[in-house]
Amino acid sequence: MTPIATPFFFYLLAGIMLVGGILVITRKNPVHSALALIVTLLAQASIYLMLYAPFVAGVQIILYAGGIMVLFLFVIMLVSVDRSMKERQFNSQWVAGIIAATALGGLFIAVFTKGSSLFPDHALPIVENDNTQNIATQLYGQYMFAFEIASLLLLVAIIGAVVMAKKKI
Amino acid sequence: MLHITTLHYLILGAALFSLGVVGVLTRRNVVIVLMSIELILNAVNLNLVAFSRLWGDLHGQVFAIFIITDAAAEAAVGLGILIAFFRNKETVNIDEVNLLKW
Repeated sequence: MTPIATPFFFYLLAGIMLVGGILVITRKNPVHSALALIVTLLAQASIYLMLYAPFVAGVQIILYAGGIMVLFLFVIMLVSVDRSMKERQFNSQWVAGIIAATALGGLFIAVFTKGSSLFPDHALPIVENDNTQNIATQLYGQYMFAFEIASLLLLVAIIGAVVMAKKKI
Repeated sequence: MLHITTLHYLILGAALFSLGVVGVLTRRNVVIVLMSIELILNAVNLNLVAFSRLWGDLHGQVFAIFIITDAAAEAAVGLGILIAFFRNKETVNIDEVNLLKW
């Protein structure tokens, strides 16, 4: 299947992601920030689909937007929202922070643009029906050790989070 | 501008990264700082998957899956710390974490 209207979809999804990112860092209500982050993550899953990575898009939707953001929303409900909304939202170094982040982003973009001859244009569109199978072959073959370490990391994180959130240890 | 190359995805990733860094450096609410860290991780994931598409192999996508797993563990631990902190101090203001200040 040949891709159609790729620039339109890319700019639309990029606009959604950037607007969502700006809303995340500027909203006073943390629930609004969480919802904006969910929109950003779903737009990023669509960009993964444009990049011919359907398995990573599925993992992003299920794990990130459906797991991590739900965890964030639960914890936002646990800590009081009303008191934090009455305080001052931005700290006193916000000018220096914006200047530093803009300088960093400008440096990244300058490096990418200058070295753009190192990576040619996109490869020819190869329609793969076996992206998931190939990822599984790599994950359980070459990256088997990292896979086991990741499951151990998740076990440690679960135990740590439960212990830290308990009232009496 | 009209033909979407790898450079477009990289610039989008750099812009998201800068937005996340602004959020981490600027906001006083701990939950929003943690969400900005998730923005940073997503920008890195976008870079990885774009390069995986360019070179045609799957190492970038496998690495992105590992980063998503790692972000889940880190968000869980960070939010556990936040709950413990909130139980002690009754606030989610990050300027109140100043016990080590002289």
